[in-house]
Amino acid sequence: MNSLALSFELAACVAGLLLLIGTPVAYWLAYSHWRGKFLLESIVALPLVLPPTVVGFYALLAMGPRGPLGKMWMALFGHGLAFTFGGLVVASVVYSFPFGVQPLIASFEAVDRKLLEASAVLGSGKWQTFLRVILPLSLPGVVTAVVLSFAHTLGEFGVVLMVGGDLAGATRTASIDIYDRVETLEYGEANRLALLLLAIAFGVLCLVYAVNRRVWTPAWTRWTAK
Amino acid sequence: MDREVNSLRLVACIQKKRREDASFILDVSLDAPPGITILFGPSGAGKSTLLDCLSGLLRPDAGKIAVCEKVLFDSALGIDVPPQKRRIAYVFQSLALFPHLTVEQNIAYGLRDIPDQDRRRRMEEILEAFGVENLRKRKPAQISGGERQRTALARSLVTEPRLLLLDEPLTGLDAERKAAIVEDLRAWNASKRIPILYVTHNREEVDALGERVIAIDKGRVVGHGAPMEVLDAPRRKRLAQAAGFENLLDATVVDLREQDGVMRLRLGESACEIEVPLAHASAGDRVQVAIRAGDILLASEGPRGLSARNVIEGRMASLEQRGTLCIARVDCGVTFVVHLTPGAVRSLKLAAEKPVWLVLKTHSCYLVD
Repeated sequence: MNSLALSFELAACVAGLLLLIGTPVAYWLAYSHWRGKFLLESIVALPLVLPPTVVGFYALLAMGPRGPLGKMWMALFGHGLAFTFGGLVVASVVYSFPFGVQPLIASFEAVDRKLLEASAVLGSGKWQTFLRVILPLSLPGVVTAVVLSFAHTLGEFGVVLMVGGDLAGATRTASIDIYDRVETLEYGEANRLALLLLAIAFGVLCLVYAVNRRVWTPAWTRWTAK
Repeated sequence: MDREVNSLRLVACIQKKRREDASFILDVSLDAPPGITILFGPSGAGKSTLLDCLSGLLRPDAGKIAVCEKVLFDSALGIDVPPQKRRIAYVFQSLALFPHLTVEQNIAYGLRDIPDQDRRRRMEEILEAFGVENLRKRKPAQISGGERQRTALARSLVTEPRLLLLDEPLTGLDAERKAAIVEDLRAWNASKRIPILYVTHNREEVDALGERVIAIDKGRVVGHGAPMEVLDAPRRKRLAQAAGFENLLDATVVDLREQDGVMRLRLGESACEIEVPLAHASAGDRVQVAIRAGDILLASEGPRGLSARNVIEGRMASLEQRGTLCIARVDCGVTFVVHLTPGAVRSLKLAAEKPVWLVLKTHSCYLVD
């Protein structure tokens, strides 16, 4: 399997999973009044400041045959987690967590609390209010979260190397492929892949900034600022 | 009182501390029949806190809330119906229209669980009653302030609530548009008899709406009844200021004349004395007296043969015109503010430094505490 296709598959899985896991976490972090909230906020932000090797190292330990995650996986699926595509997904979800969660927190917090109160007195419970008010008003944040976690996973190197090893077709992603090719002096091929990643990264960031600058703004968002 | 009126009332008694200000305690009991009841008081009096408690957005520390004989909150019994189940409509000052939804979608927001046919009928009724039929497909950002206020009212009323809470919903509208909306609200209330609590600190709105007023200050009910009774005889200084008493003067009780039903006060440190209605006080007490600037007569010569007991000589300190209102400050040892019409100023040839006489009726002077 082509390393770039593998990267895309990984990034798509991670972005999708992160949206599922990140949304409730972000909701809780945005609206909870618990005083110890800062603890969870710090944990969420941790991958931003840790070297990928640290995340990768502990992920590897957890996924190993004696690690809790590894044992669980073994019991469920009959094979180990380390050095598999599944292992890469799990480790990447952890490593990209802040990128998937922080844009959501920011956009949930930006929704006017009065709108939530209005929704409640009009008969909607929390879940209804989330679907009918918070989510539609947070769409730019959702797009940002998905795109950033996708892009961040695409560009990942350290964690993938630690957890995935370098197995062609299973865990050799584009960023590792580039490294291998440079090692073996295949500069032309390395350049082709690197340029492609560069173009994708640039495109993705343009998308994020455009969404947040409201370049393609629906009429109401342009007016609500007033 | 007939049964209908009795069974639709709001009865509440609420105690609530404010989280950000430990010294503030809301402690009120109120009872509102169907129709408009005005909650009047200076800002910070606890009006919005009270509405938040009634709607269920805030949890009272103790108390009981019942609407239509249904208990919505009772701290003793552990009952606390969540806001979405209370069927209490609440229109905020900010209106809180959903910016991503059209006028029609905003109004239909609270009708999710209602059968299609019924929903359509109610929507048509309310769109017409509040004159927003032509705005259906517009977003809140594309309509005017008055239209937004109408949309917010329609959105709340279409749910057929048991109680309607309005927190200064007509702020910022001119008198004409305000009157038109109030008229629509009244018409709606005539067919759907529910209690409406209307918060305002605007005296004109009170007079326009006024059936009943509950005055609150510093978290307590300080008066209730018809607007004239509550607001024209203010018992508290802050309330007096809010109700538009321009003259609030410190005074000392000189003597009581019980057989005449009056007492004499000396104003401030001046020699100026006035007669006011008898109150529970004794000679030497320090009191405050409130007088409306519009209740004071002003003469350019010493008047004679008047029924009014208080004629005070003074000197015009300043005179300024604001629109069609002339505001005179008269120095009589203490300074009085007097409102005049421009015509009166011209015909009396009033000007600064001229000697003038002020005439006060005994019953235009109110003691406040």
